[in-house]
Amino acid sequence: MTLTGHTTTRKMLYWGSHYLMIAAFVLFALFPLYWLLKVSVTPNDILYTEGVRMWPSRTTWENYTFVLTQSNFPHYFMNSVIVAGTTAAVTTVIAALTGYAFSRFAFRGKVIIVALMLITQMFPLVMLIAPIFKILAPLGLTDSLTGLIIVYTAFNVPFATFLMQSFFDGIPKDLEEAAMIDGNTRFEAFRAIILPLTLPGVAATLGFVFTAAWSELLFALMLVSSESASTFPVGLLSFVSKFSVDFGQMMAAGVLALIPACLFFLLIQRYLVQGLTAGAVKG
Amino acid sequence: MASIEIANARKSYGAVDVLHGINLNISDGEFIVLVGPSGCGKSTLLRMIAGLEDITSGDISIAGDVINDLQPKDRDIAMVFQSYALYPHMSVAENMSYALKLRKTAKDKIADAIGNVADILGLSALLERRPKALSGGQRQRVAMGRAIVRKPQAFLFDEPLSNLDARLREQMRTEIRKLHHRLGATSVYVTHDQIEAMTMADRIVAMHDGIIQQVGSPVEIYDRPANIFVASFIGSPAMNFLEGAYETTADNGDQGAGIRLSDGSLVPVLPAQGASTNQPVTLGARPEHITIVQDAANGLPARVDLIEPMGLSTLVHATLAGKPIKIFTMDRPDYAVDSFIHVAFDMEKVHVFDSSSELRLPPLTEPHTGHSD
Ligand SMILES: Nc1ncnc2c1ncn2[C@@H]1O[C@H](COP(=O)(O)OP(=O)(O)OP(=O)(O)O)[C@@H](O)[C@H]1O
Ligand SMILES: [Mg+2]
Repeated sequence: MTLTGHTTTRKMLYWGSHYLMIAAFVLFALFPLYWLLKVSVTPNDILYTEGVRMWPSRTTWENYTFVLTQSNFPHYFMNSVIVAGTTAAVTTVIAALTGYAFSRFAFRGKVIIVALMLITQMFPLVMLIAPIFKILAPLGLTDSLTGLIIVYTAFNVPFATFLMQSFFDGIPKDLEEAAMIDGNTRFEAFRAIILPLTLPGVAATLGFVFTAAWSELLFALMLVSSESASTFPVGLLSFVSKFSVDFGQMMAAGVLALIPACLFFLLIQRYLVQGLTAGAVKG
Repeated sequence: MASIEIANARKSYGAVDVLHGINLNISDGEFIVLVGPSGCGKSTLLRMIAGLEDITSGDISIAGDVINDLQPKDRDIAMVFQSYALYPHMSVAENMSYALKLRKTAKDKIADAIGNVADILGLSALLERRPKALSGGQRQRVAMGRAIVRKPQAFLFDEPLSNLDARLREQMRTEIRKLHHRLGATSVYVTHDQIEAMTMADRIVAMHDGIIQQVGSPVEIYDRPANIFVASFIGSPAMNFLEGAYETTADNGDQGAGIRLSDGSLVPVLPAQGASTNQPVTLGARPEHITIVQDAANGLPARVDLIEPMGLSTLVHATLAGKPIKIFTMDRPDYAVDSFIHVAFDMEKVHVFDSSSELRLPPLTEPHTGHSD
């Protein structure tokens, strides 16, 4: 009896500390977001006067109405949706095809291509801004959403490819071989058998690239100068004027900018948690 | 249904040669078992027939047509994988109908075919399940069913039973044989299990290091192995091998022969073709061809190492002329370990192998037969 009592206490202690640690981590990760929300609903006049409080004594939507109706923010927001959405789609298609080839085929130059793709990931982006500007300017691709999409796609393809490859590696190649014997060409087998099983991977890749493109600031700032082609991270900077920073409005815009990312992950989370390949082979 | 001809087929991965010139003719409706140790190239050969692996040189024909450059989908063959390779996102019925759908078979015909095969394999109650909700044995059946519904030219099996437990494996072995009788389909079956090979094959193809060692019926392979490799690979418990020197003896004018073992004792054998006196040879004797004799004058002394009861029979491990041997007996011996017994070899059944070429030297009395196909 004492023995079981003892082990139960230990078990509870174990799980207790387990959950405590998870809770601490979640708190740590979400606190900045909470602060963002808090500042965005704090009226300007009490932002500095109230000191540090967990929740303001009065709340207001005025920052939101200003951002949505008086500023250029809705326009930046649309630009960002176009750029991040297209980048995510194009990158994922390229990465899926390349990742599949890396996973399944042995071909000449494979090692070199992989090495080159890894090397592109080693340079600090700042180094590349000038040359990229030089390349894009004569093509008329600076100050344009298309230019941004091309640059973002180029920078995200290597990592996305390796990500997709690891998902394909997890799917036994017996499956498409069975499909090929059943009457598919390799491409048909890829589309009908392998792709549906890689949906979690596709979702993860889409999510990763979308968020990366959504929050990218450096290139958006350097390659785009006009208002009409600005994305929202650049737009956020416009709340910083020479003399002051409009924190309330900036935070309201920030909260709004979180919405598409949240929606996106809500849509794909079903695929992220699903282990679709279970039962494919023995086990 | 169709015949399959493999003519001088080779396979290399870069500089590594995996198959060295395979020649094999499989007749219509035959059940061929490819057997050999791990890495000998069985799967590679099977995958070359299926079109999943390029043929480095040589030709493979199905029903008389060379299919070297055809895609797998155009070869009209079905394959059962060791992993079963069921499509996880499809139900059992969808898995089985996939190939028929791709061929644009009419819906009612597909339903008939599936119902039929599900009946044969006892899958009728499982048709709506996904593979992950099936047991290993059920998955194996679905994989079989997926192959059967197509009525292909030939069936290829790559170790389809190796993931099942012993009892289920035995049961499926019989079932596959029965199915083969019923469908009469040309089948190539890969296994490294020599019992599967013995029990299932019309003809066994024994392979080693990418070379066919022998082709023959199970009884031929068991009773007249072409070389030491085949002799040692087929049969369980394995054949005993003892090295010695060949001798001819004359007894009352009759020509006789024997093998002088390292301890000086002489084991009488039938005179062998092409063997000369003092030639180094290897005596091969299956455990059931060695008997324990009571009379010391008629046997060679052997020291008992271990008695292994196997239910039906008993296996006696002993040491003879410094070499471990196994003796099969239907008795229930109770020798003490380290005691001495006397053993005699069945002269008509033991084999003489040339020690350097490792080929069997058949007795003079055996009609000459070409070994490899
Ligand atoms: N892609 C490859 N590159 C190089 N060598 C390979 C490749 N695939 C197979 N091999 C080699 O070919 C040989 C034969 O392989 P195979 O899979 O046909 O053996 P197997 O007889 O089926 O063995 P097992 O019983 O283990 O399945 C092995 O030595 C293996 O290492
Ligand atoms: Mg194999």
